[in-house]
Amino acid sequence: MSALVNALISVLLANNVYLLLLLPAVAAVALAFARGYRLSSRLNMAASGLTFLTALTLFAGQQATDRYFLVDDLNIVFVVLNTFVAFTTSVFSAGYIARELETGHLTQTHLRFYHTLYQALLGAMNLAFVANNIGLMWVAIEVATLTTVLMVGIYRTDRSLEAAWKYFILGSVGIALALFGTILIYMAARPVIGEGLNGMVWTVLISRVADFDPALLNLAFVFLLLGYGTKVGLAPMYAWLPDAHAEGPTPISAILSGSLLNVALYAVLRFKLLMAANSNAIAPGPLMAALGLLSLVFAGFMLYRRSDIKRMFAYSSIEHMGIIAFAFGMGGALANFAGLLHMTMHSLTKSAIFFAVGQIAQAKGTKKIADIRGLTVTHPFLGWGLVVAMAALAGMPPTGVFTSEFLIVSSTIARAPLLALPLVIGLLVAFGALMWRLHGFAFGEPTENVAPVKASSLPLAAHLALVLVAGLYLPQPLVLWFQHVAAMLG
Amino acid sequence: MDPIAFDIAHMFAGGLVLVSFLLLYQDRLYALLNMFAVQALVLALSVSWQAYIQQAPHLYITAVITLIFKGIVIPYALHRIVARLGIHREVEVVVGAVPTMVAGIALVALSMVVMLRVTQHADALAREDLAFALSVVLLGLLMMVTRNNAVSQVVGFMSLENGLILAATGAKGMPLVVEISIGFSVLIALIVVGIFLFRIRERFDSVDVQALDESRGKGR
Repeated sequence: MSALVNALISVLLANNVYLLLLLPAVAAVALAFARGYRLSSRLNMAASGLTFLTALTLFAGQQATDRYFLVDDLNIVFVVLNTFVAFTTSVFSAGYIARELETGHLTQTHLRFYHTLYQALLGAMNLAFVANNIGLMWVAIEVATLTTVLMVGIYRTDRSLEAAWKYFILGSVGIALALFGTILIYMAARPVIGEGLNGMVWTVLISRVADFDPALLNLAFVFLLLGYGTKVGLAPMYAWLPDAHAEGPTPISAILSGSLLNVALYAVLRFKLLMAANSNAIAPGPLMAALGLLSLVFAGFMLYRRSDIKRMFAYSSIEHMGIIAFAFGMGGALANFAGLLHMTMHSLTKSAIFFAVGQIAQAKGTKKIADIRGLTVTHPFLGWGLVVAMAALAGMPPTGVFTSEFLIVSSTIARAPLLALPLVIGLLVAFGALMWRLHGFAFGEPTENVAPVKASSLPLAAHLALVLVAGLYLPQPLVLWFQHVAAMLG
Repeated sequence: MDPIAFDIAHMFAGGLVLVSFLLLYQDRLYALLNMFAVQALVLALSVSWQAYIQQAPHLYITAVITLIFKGIVIPYALHRIVARLGIHREVEVVVGAVPTMVAGIALVALSMVVMLRVTQHADALAREDLAFALSVVLLGLLMMVTRNNAVSQVVGFMSLENGLILAATGAKGMPLVVEISIGFSVLIALIVVGIFLFRIRERFDSVDVQALDESRGKGR
């Protein structure tokens, strides 16, 4: 018996990468036919939960590499974080969608569509992470974009269709530019590696990149940074992001900020590694740092003028992606470590915020900031949850976001004091905006609308607990893992 | 390489840039769609020529997809949509034809300078193909920013994408080209269905993206 179990476990461990893609694919097909809200939302949760557990087994498995798939220490971090956020979001989504059905915003047909797309998105994001082939990675990111476009437009109102359309056009231009960059990388690789599939395999590319033509690599990186940077939501190319976050269903806003932005960031990081391995090519770091800093400062100021709560937090995502891009752009062991930590903390905090905001918007029946007041009186758990989450987002101690921001600022002061100035200004500006709004949300005069809340509060509590614990104590294995990845990122 | 083969490849790639210019100043939607069909035809010819000289039979699939899907199906569907929407009047051009053409020439010059400089070590055909491809991509982008109408923006996007297919087929032995061209076809089909949905529900008075901006009101 135990031999059988052992054999099963070893088979599982050897194939966990495929399972990571197969589970969402099977679930997507099943959910396309599943009728009834209870069945499909449970299936969705079960599939997302199993995918998360599979992602955890990546730690134990052999780090297999072939011409299509790759598992290394870098992408394990991303896969685990993403599948975790996708799992908790699916729990939140069950309650949220039940409420949308009750109020008639969505119908049963939409529901099947929604759940199928949810799993398709999860599968596409996993594929983007584990793809060892830069063409395959591009295809995965394209599929992820398309599924989210359809989900953003699911309410079929003027505004949601417009947001979906804008996202579609800008996202398509972004991925088109990224494809041009990918083709240029292949062109650079061809004289060295030869024709065929190997010219697109990342592990082969990185081993031979030192001999590539640097001029071609430079041009490729510019296109890749602009293309995938659009999907990260970095400053000049951010226009799709606020609309897509504000007009889609709130679980999708949580997934967009908590996971999808990281997917694009991961793609940029992979190409940054390629660039860094060629000593004659331009240094990719300063470009990333500049875009990051621009996003941070710009989004910090934009936070003040928002009147829609989801739009405001969308700008906050631009701000935080800017901080993360800046940290990775600075490079070095400490800044990379801080960047990884900040990415993790931002994913957890921002999805927690959207969990809270989704319930608040449903309870209050509005997304207008002016109409959301006095939550700690009318909905104590939600209100205080939002207080903690926004304090964390603003970088107050003792949360994980404070730790990572502190590390980023201190490493910047040590290495480039001049850059620390705009960085700190951006952080303070954003801090001020969030605190100003927080006061109204939590402690203002309560509005009369006090509908009860239906969705589960467990995901919100779990994310906040993790963010708080990370601020006080980071487990040693996690620190070691992040340090190792930070060293790998150079 | 056979100089004739080289010249023919060169001619098709250059033809694609030329048709991109013709697209820029078409100010009626039907004419724009017909011109786009011509562009798809030129691309299909260029891709099949590449398939022939590279002896890469899978590229014929890309050529056939391009010809049938982008040369016939999409222009026909868009014709129907335009007719049904009753928007076969003039395309609203934000920037006039002359500045657009001048900007287009500047973009082509830019892509020639950039690409020919950075690809000095690549083989001649590939580098010129890439330079032409970048020109088509940039001209497509230019069209997307100078046009207000959703249909012509989509045509701009498809023209941009034609440039990418040109680059991908010009890069000798590039894997996944067929898959990528199929992926793009799916994307475009969805865009077209999207336009259709926009209208069929009659939620907007026009598919003008600027009008959509106004429908948002103060919410920004």
